[in-house]
Amino acid sequence: MTRKMVTIDGNEAAAYIAHKTNEICAIYPITPSSNMGEHADAFSAQGRKNIWGTVPTVEEMQSEGGAAGAVHGALQTGALTTTFTASQGLLLMIPNMYKIAGELTSTVFHVSARSLAAQALSIFGDHSDVMATRATGWGMLGANSVQEVMDCALIAQSATLQTRVPFIHFFDGFRTSHEVMKIEQLSDKDIKGMIDDEWVIAHRNRGMNPNRPVLRGTAQNPDVFFQGRETVNPYYEAAPELVKKTMDRFAKIVGRQYHLFDYVGAEDADRVIIIMGSGAETVEETVNHMRTQGEKVGLLKVRLFRPFSIKHFISALPASVKQIAVLDRTKEPGGAGEPMYQDVVTAFAEAAIEDYFQFEKMPTIIGGRYGLSSKEFTPAMVKAIYDELLKGKPKNHFTIGINDDVSHTSLEYDPEYRTIKGDVFRGLFYGLGADGTVGANKNSIKIIGEGTDNFAQGHFVYDSKKSGSTTTSHLRFGKDKIQSTYLIDKANFVACHQFELLEQFDILDKAEDGATFLLNSHLNKDEIWGGLSRKYQKQIIDKKLKFYVIDAVTVAQETGMGMRINTIMQTCFFAISGILPRDEAINKIKGAIKKTYGNKGDAIVEKNFHAVDQSVANLFQVDVPTTLSGSDANRLIVPEAAPDFVKKVTAEIIAGRGDGIPVSAMPNDGTWPTGTTQWEKRNIALEVPVWEPDLCIQCNKCAMVCPHAAIRPKIADGKAFDGAPATMKHTDAKGKEWAAGSQYILQVAVEDCTGCNLCVEICPARDKTNLSRKAINMAEQRPLRETEGANWEFFLGLPEVDRGNVKHETVKGAQLLQPLFEFSGACVGCGETPYVKLSSQLFGDRMVIANATGCSSIYGGNLPTTPWASNKAGRGPTWNNSLFEDNAEFGLGYRLTIDKHREHAIELMKLLKDDIGAELVDSIANASESNEPEIFEQRERVKAMTDIVEKLDTPLSRQLLSVSDNLVKKSVWIMGGDGWAYDIGYGGLDHVLASGKNVNILVLDTEVYSNTGGQKSKSTPLGAVAKFAAAGKPSGKKDLGMMAMSYKNVYVASVAMGANDAQTVRAFMEAEAYDGPSLIVAYSQCIAHGIDMSKGMDQQKLAVDSAYWTLYRYNPMLAVEGKNPLKLDSKPPTRHVREYSMNETRFTILSRINPELSAKYIEASDVAAKEKYAYYAKLAAMSYDEA
Amino acid sequence: MRLSTNYMGLELKNPLVPSASLLTEKLDQIKILEDNGASAVVLFSLFEEQIEQEDSSLEFFMDYGTESYAEALSFFPKAHEFHTGPQDYLENLRKIKAAVNIPVIASLNGATPGGWMKYAKKMEEAGADGLELNIHYLPVDFNETSADVEKRYTDIVSWVKANVNIPVAVKIGSRFSSLPAVAKALEGVGADALVMFNRFYHPDIDLEKLETKRQIDLSRSREIRLPMRWISILRGNVNVSFAASGGVHSAKDVLKLIMCGADVTMLTSALMTHGPELMKTIEKDLIIWMDENEYQSISQMKGSMSLIHSPSPKTLVRDNYMRTLLEFQATKKA
Repeated sequence: MTRKMVTIDGNEAAAYIAHKTNEICAIYPITPSSNMGEHADAFSAQGRKNIWGTVPTVEEMQSEGGAAGAVHGALQTGALTTTFTASQGLLLMIPNMYKIAGELTSTVFHVSARSLAAQALSIFGDHSDVMATRATGWGMLGANSVQEVMDCALIAQSATLQTRVPFIHFFDGFRTSHEVMKIEQLSDKDIKGMIDDEWVIAHRNRGMNPNRPVLRGTAQNPDVFFQGRETVNPYYEAAPELVKKTMDRFAKIVGRQYHLFDYVGAEDADRVIIIMGSGAETVEETVNHMRTQGEKVGLLKVRLFRPFSIKHFISALPASVKQIAVLDRTKEPGGAGEPMYQDVVTAFAEAAIEDYFQFEKMPTIIGGRYGLSSKEFTPAMVKAIYDELLKGKPKNHFTIGINDDVSHTSLEYDPEYRTIKGDVFRGLFYGLGADGTVGANKNSIKIIGEGTDNFAQGHFVYDSKKSGSTTTSHLRFGKDKIQSTYLIDKANFVACHQFELLEQFDILDKAEDGATFLLNSHLNKDEIWGGLSRKYQKQIIDKKLKFYVIDAVTVAQETGMGMRINTIMQTCFFAISGILPRDEAINKIKGAIKKTYGNKGDAIVEKNFHAVDQSVANLFQVDVPTTLSGSDANRLIVPEAAPDFVKKVTAEIIAGRGDGIPVSAMPNDGTWPTGTTQWEKRNIALEVPVWEPDLCIQCNKCAMVCPHAAIRPKIADGKAFDGAPATMKHTDAKGKEWAAGSQYILQVAVEDCTGCNLCVEICPARDKTNLSRKAINMAEQRPLRETEGANWEFFLGLPEVDRGNVKHETVKGAQLLQPLFEFSGACVGCGETPYVKLSSQLFGDRMVIANATGCSSIYGGNLPTTPWASNKAGRGPTWNNSLFEDNAEFGLGYRLTIDKHREHAIELMKLLKDDIGAELVDSIANASESNEPEIFEQRERVKAMTDIVEKLDTPLSRQLLSVSDNLVKKSVWIMGGDGWAYDIGYGGLDHVLASGKNVNILVLDTEVYSNTGGQKSKSTPLGAVAKFAAAGKPSGKKDLGMMAMSYKNVYVASVAMGANDAQTVRAFMEAEAYDGPSLIVAYSQCIAHGIDMSKGMDQQKLAVDSAYWTLYRYNPMLAVEGKNPLKLDSKPPTRHVREYSMNETRFTILSRINPELSAKYIEASDVAAKEKYAYYAKLAAMSYDEA
Repeated sequence: MRLSTNYMGLELKNPLVPSASLLTEKLDQIKILEDNGASAVVLFSLFEEQIEQEDSSLEFFMDYGTESYAEALSFFPKAHEFHTGPQDYLENLRKIKAAVNIPVIASLNGATPGGWMKYAKKMEEAGADGLELNIHYLPVDFNETSADVEKRYTDIVSWVKANVNIPVAVKIGSRFSSLPAVAKALEGVGADALVMFNRFYHPDIDLEKLETKRQIDLSRSREIRLPMRWISILRGNVNVSFAASGGVHSAKDVLKLIMCGADVTMLTSALMTHGPELMKTIEKDLIIWMDENEYQSISQMKGSMSLIHSPSPKTLVRDNYMRTLLEFQATKKA
């Protein structure tokens, strides 16, 4: 039987089977598993049915804990139910997993295995999450490739129904979950052939039903619990054999034979590696290669890790084996070894007295760790492990793939060792996220995978920035099955889609001799040689590269494609790679375009067709000269002035050489220095703002809205400008508060600016003779880079304003304060970061920040650099991210420490009163710190006290010094997005609000899970299209502010700086000043809204003008004074919600899918908005007079 | 009394045709127009920009920020069949055709030769009885000559004519250096009718916000004099049908335009102001006037006052301009 060949990734393969074999999917997004839920949701939205003819229900929950609960409930009432998760999400499911297994319930959880956060979070792949569940009583079945994901998902589903043991079906995050491969798709007939109806009916019949009532979930006592726990043993005894039979049945139907443990390699192997997951593919590739060299090596792939069948395991190994290396993709610090190593050792120890123990002598068994957080695992590393096994006393508990110069666990390997065959196409494509390179490559894989008999593999590497991010695509095509589960490091095709990247990376270092090099360049075939640096010229000549250029940007512009050069570069790739005949390739590209864009209109299809035709016409091969002419100037990764750590570690990561950093250079407890984005000059803006001092009214609105702190005002004495660069502009400072001669300067950090245009849009000052000229206007960045770079350096050297001389509560004043959050990797035009930056300006020198996982934790804390910075005194925000779900509690913990240590410090001061002086002790203990001058005074007092105490050098004095910092006010900030505050963290947030403790909670409300790609949250508004709300969210947004106000003692503000920036600043000031819990809900535009981000602030204004968003402040201190605590800051609405929503793709999509429903939702939103406004207006107008 | 008229081959029961506007967008509105005596209807226009740009903008924003960051490879769900503006237009056209008995003229509005023109064929396939090509072009390129501008018109019309079999009317503006030559050229490339004229909406300035603002003004009766003059000049010299558009508010307006040579008169502003029932009043008034003045049919009076038939042709051309001014001065002095 010929099955359909599809080119999909691991997540889609898993979701395909899960959707075919379940009735309910209760899910929650978490990288890298989110796509499985999204695929399931999309399948259901398309009306796809499962094999029993019904469309499965997909329900998004508020957390993985919630998803597990819903799954448990659905299972207990008899539905076939599944979920998809990873990492911390899987951990949140563990309590339910014990219950589900304890109740012998059939289900499969599909897990794209990911690192657990320890010293740091990582979204990438390893087995630490699945290994953390191995005591739950679940079966564990691992898949090593995309094809195996589809196969094993079905085997697991079939097995769980037979065995009544629930299963985790797992595969490696990103490497397998996101790898695009050509695979054989199982048919409905195949799937039905693997699942007997009677098993399904038995599962349903075990469900709870009042027509045959039972009781489950009892509480048992010491007398019987133990016995009850042992009742399940027969099921675990029987399970391996049943799984084996299931695999055999699969082989009969489909033709691919799996075993509980699959042995590959020499029948008389002396050395064997035991491994699970995608790494097994690389080991197999290496074994096959080594055997051609006459080496007796083998590989045992562990598929069924739980229940672990010792008999099947031992029997799968050849009797000849003498040395074994067990590779674990996880770390269990303090353990006798990693989990699989321990199982293997146990298995050998147990089997030694059994009949089936076929070894003459107990083999040597060593364990090793590899591939944590998707660390590369290559044939060279595999070879090194086999070589290690030849040693008399091989290193146990080794690591491979890193340089561990601290504990000396690492094995050395020869990075030049290769197993690759010459006939495999290996292409590397460097591009920007924004240019569509990855999308084009995914498309190419589909074309080649589905249009030829080639096997195809695509793997994509993204950087950690959300703006100006670079992507690298690794594509392999070949006649044989591709098992290389590692990045390409010898390419026979290299494409560089952005000329600027030549400077950033060594684009050709992985090009092999004779490779083809395709470059997108503004220089034509005759000019390009002179435009290349010597480094590239040399490589092109030495490696005899075939070199092609195209000016894709011009072709894109001329064919109406704008910035998207994807189709053009894809066409060039096909035109010169020779994978397909050129005409056939072009027809297939056009076919793919039609398929991709057909539902979005003819014009876009035509435009792409035109671009395809023009690409070929503008592609030229370069006649490579034989002599070098270019310069060898290499740009420094970070400036000379950067601290040593930044040069030694951070710069290496920036340069893409992080893999080479040794263990000794890494912080051992996850502690990193702040203020490092300033060293990473990214130069990603094509255009930057230029200031016109003659027009400027010095309102500082531009600085207020800047997401990246890249435009900053200062006021300094005129003399401070002595020696300033000639191009530096400044003008007389406006305002009576400034001494005569004071100069105002507005400086742009052009190398850090992302070119979002928000500052120009917000600027209110125009030239009266030419209204198109504002006080800031965008201009090309390149010609300004050098001069403005020097101006920026000079600007930084100007003194910061005296904080005591500035009105913090005004926009103008607040923006003169130094931002201690700068140049983050957030999106161009991000709506969140202006608020975050504002908090750092107002309170940065005393902030302790708890940051929920999400966009803000990524732009705030994802390596290589952090935007959190400190001032000249060395003070600044100190920041940490615990988890997604616990952020409010985490921040409350800070408060508890500060309060406790303050209390203890006062106790200790009192004990040392005679030395310190009673007056000083009393003044410190009773100080008011309600504003900055008072805080400053307290700092001085505490300094005076510690100066005395330091001299005492007694046990008590040392105790006091260790806690005395807490005598000065610290400002606790708890930040995160709406996914955290409205959904997963709501329970904790609510508890912290109720605690009455002095914490400040900032909710960056984008109304969607932005960081994981736009899934709906309870903040998502009515009618907005989001993932899991493909037909528009049918319910309205939760009013978090109103819920918080019901406590009466919580300060609550709802802000939107684009609508009223002064209100925003006041809200931040009041929230921080309030001695109790404060909650600020901040409207934040987001690319997930599908808007023109340069108009983000206009959208905020429209939101408020239409009452879609209401501005207010609820200050419990006013109630104490007998006043109404609620101040409504929005004016009565003057616009229809439609005027706001029709600027946003999240709403307009629905008008294009279902115009009637869209119109209905918009009307309903408008009514709800006006009602909400009226309700708030009534509350704000209520009299609080005692009479 | 025969009010019937032939407009580019379409037999219409009277010369009252609602022109493309918000009133001709939805089926229920069109049924009301039909019930009130409209003899045909020109549907709300499908714009070049809708075809060329709206789809691109949806694609742009759905695509923006995708495949850039490992955790968020996209931001919107994928499983959608989109209603695009153009597809909806065609679907709407099909529904309207099935539900009304009067001829339905689809309207395609654009100015740059391009892919959008293919929608002419799709409109024909969707059942349109005729097509109105509304070529609304404002030249701002200082290197573009009058001849270049005129070529746009003829290129668009000749392409469309080569690809459809239904009659094609061309709606134009009045400001050509030589309107007769343009009309002749359009006839030459196959235009079946000229719709005279497009009304240009000139933007205003908001002095508070210091920005331009869009402004729509409804037409007034006296505006018919512009189409009156030009239709009368062209009638008989250019062998196409004529539709007068802009300022038709009463039976008298209709009569004057027909006499100048219009085959039909098109209404929007009047219907917006007085409601669709105005057409019944006009029809009644037409009959009364024709009865009182002993006219048998519309075709009888059609073009009776055109330049070639006018009893006083000089009043239509330059002589009229001079005399008007002189008479005005004389009145003032008196």
